[in-house]
Amino acid sequence: MNNYFTQLGNSTKQRARGMGQYGIFIAFVMICLILSLITPKFLTVSNWTIIVTQVSINALLAFGVTFVIITGGIDLSLGSMVAVTGIVASLLAHPDDYPVIVPVLAGLLAGVFMGAFNGTIITKSKVPPFIVTLGTMTIGRGLALILSKGRPVSNLSDSFNFIGGGSIFGVPFPIIVLIVAFVVCSVVLKKTILGRYIYAIGGNEQAAKASGIRVNKVKMAVYTICGGLAALAGILLTSRITTGQPNAGAGFELDAIAAAIIGGTSTSGGTGTMTGTLIGALLIGVISNGLDLLNVTSYYQQVVMGAIIIGAVVLDGWNQSAAQR
Amino acid sequence: MTLHSDSILQVHGLSKSFSGVNALDDVQLNLHRGEVHALMGENGAGKSTFMKILIGLLTPDAGEILFEGNELKNNDVNDVLKQGISMIHQEILIVPELTVAQNIFLGRESTQWFSSWLNDRDINQQAETLLQQIGLEVSPKTKMKYLSVAEMQMVEIAKAISNNAKVIIMDEPTSAISDKEVATLFAIIKDLKAKGVSVIYISHKMDEIYQIADTITVLRDGKYIGTKSAAELDRKSLITMMVGREINTLFPEKSSSKGEVVLSVKNLNERGKFDNISFDVHAGEVVGIAGLMGAGRTEIARAIFGLDTFSSGEIVLKGHKINIKSPCDAIKNGIGYVSEDRKGVGFIPALSVKHNITLASLSNHTKWGMIQDKSESAVATQMINDLKIKASGMDQKVTHLSGGNQQKVVIGKVLLASPEIVILDEPTRGIDIGAKFEIYKLINELTTKGIAMVVISSELPEILGMSDRIVVLSKGKQTALLSKEEATQETIMKYAMQH
Repeated sequence: MNNYFTQLGNSTKQRARGMGQYGIFIAFVMICLILSLITPKFLTVSNWTIIVTQVSINALLAFGVTFVIITGGIDLSLGSMVAVTGIVASLLAHPDDYPVIVPVLAGLLAGVFMGAFNGTIITKSKVPPFIVTLGTMTIGRGLALILSKGRPVSNLSDSFNFIGGGSIFGVPFPIIVLIVAFVVCSVVLKKTILGRYIYAIGGNEQAAKASGIRVNKVKMAVYTICGGLAALAGILLTSRITTGQPNAGAGFELDAIAAAIIGGTSTSGGTGTMTGTLIGALLIGVISNGLDLLNVTSYYQQVVMGAIIIGAVVLDGWNQSAAQR
Repeated sequence: MTLHSDSILQVHGLSKSFSGVNALDDVQLNLHRGEVHALMGENGAGKSTFMKILIGLLTPDAGEILFEGNELKNNDVNDVLKQGISMIHQEILIVPELTVAQNIFLGRESTQWFSSWLNDRDINQQAETLLQQIGLEVSPKTKMKYLSVAEMQMVEIAKAISNNAKVIIMDEPTSAISDKEVATLFAIIKDLKAKGVSVIYISHKMDEIYQIADTITVLRDGKYIGTKSAAELDRKSLITMMVGREINTLFPEKSSSKGEVVLSVKNLNERGKFDNISFDVHAGEVVGIAGLMGAGRTEIARAIFGLDTFSSGEIVLKGHKINIKSPCDAIKNGIGYVSEDRKGVGFIPALSVKHNITLASLSNHTKWGMIQDKSESAVATQMINDLKIKASGMDQKVTHLSGGNQQKVVIGKVLLASPEIVILDEPTRGIDIGAKFEIYKLINELTTKGIAMVVISSELPEILGMSDRIVVLSKGKQTALLSKEEATQETIMKYAMQH
């Protein structure tokens, strides 16, 4: 008898908890369904290849910022990191200069460094992440302009351009990067001690500290990972457009944060999943693709996107209060 | 004791369920004018649900509420307030940046010039009179944030009076104030009583109930158990009514023997917090720390555990001086700390019971940074069974547990890090009597295993019942180190108030 109730309690709890994530998944499937009914071009392999390739850059940034948001922080410098890392990589990627690994590693290193810089300032100064990364956003944009002397860096090697434009067995390389990054980030968040500590810090920083967690170390790690993922996005973007653009990535941070929030990550910290973020990023990609196919101008697309962000959070709030009642 | 024959509030057959679970089942209450009526019951007995219905925050499924003979129905919070029922919440609801007067008249501001211009002079005058009435000596123009918790509570009472409250509900009003302030509060309650105001008083503290209450109503598991006059109901019967079984001795018999010195605190100082604190804790021993609010008890514990710093002094562990800079260092050295602030420093609400309980010892269950779920679940299950934590499963979120079970989760987390010294700071605050008894038993089990314990508590019977030796603090200074034989409530109070 006792056991029966325990099991019953468990299963209803799990159902209630799962609804939040399923909610966004159901919305995603329904939007895909509607779009495929309206326009036959939507549900084709070639269209989906385009969607996922386009989504990959935003998704990489969104994975990074999901870690950050779960700890209760935020990173507004993502777009600038995309620009700086892209410029650093492209400056070293001219044909016959270095093997392709050099610009890639240099770009990644630049991102990791910028992320670690964010983390250091945030943990040492106690200034809120919003303000610190608002500062580094501007600093980063300036650095990108300084390094490139304000001009696009073009004439990149073929092997470098393969990263964003090539494919393996017909699968575009960015999609492969996306899948690998998704699996790694999910495992880190769900299965490693770092992931558990990330949730703990976002859930209650004081209690996490009192449990012996070195909170500052974890935050450093999180902002550094976020910088590394931004660098990956920066390299992919630069390679795809075959030019290092100092103005690249402007505003990307907002799309990434939107993907995480649509996917159920709470800005107050402590909750969120990589699967949710991936669906959030795909949802944004699918809607903008669908509106393109329907010849809706980009002006209207922005209005729709904003409404979806608010709608997703409102729905999530309803779900949560329903679970509590 | 005076019993007035006319009742002001009558409740019959009140029921409320949440998703199929009965929170209240056929509950009744008869409140007389000018009466202090204690509402008692363990956590989860339905007291809060009952009060939330009374003040219009929740709608009952069945039952009627008669206030001065009229039925209260479909009322929202504002209607109830206007009719004359006010509640002083346990967590005080104030706007810190506004003044005392502005807080008292929040939502009922006095205005002039087509009701668009605030008349602060008017509310300051009115507030002045109210504050005099309850004997609170602060200026109505003081910002609320500069007041002590007790003073804020007084302001809330002033607010209730200004609302012409005929019934005032007080939910654990003494949980965060000092003994002296409690005396002031009780004087105000007696004054209110004399003016014909009725008070519904919720508290876990028996001493208070017997000091202040005329009548006691007991709820258990959402059901009405009974109403008795406080004079006719002795403590033992009251506890039996609350827990549904008899608890003969609250403090279980100890069987541990004193071992080597494990922890020595030597001349510990921190400017403005505590001064020259020295004591030893032996293996298998409980050292109690007593003192009034603000005596520096928690501050010392936090300093030993590395949550705060101290300016001079030594912490010696088994003969070696140790340097603790963070809780991480403390845990590595075998020190465990259960904070008085369960919500703030204790558990992580969004995480499950399992994840909370293993949080401080998670590195024992990892391989290359990956959490080994099997071994984690195994130790969590073991600890949940050992401590008899009541949860629907180890994946239930800690927020949904009762206070006593939340406390056990925090204690379990500390124990899994295999400490040699455990500091418990107000381990039974806000938890019901059954869970209290289990925590006392647990303390004894731990000392039997040779763990050195430090117990900080505001409840003297608890300190006396559990400790082998007692450190008494007054305003940050150590005024006595008493043996079990020397210690009585009177001696402790004498040293706690010494200057």
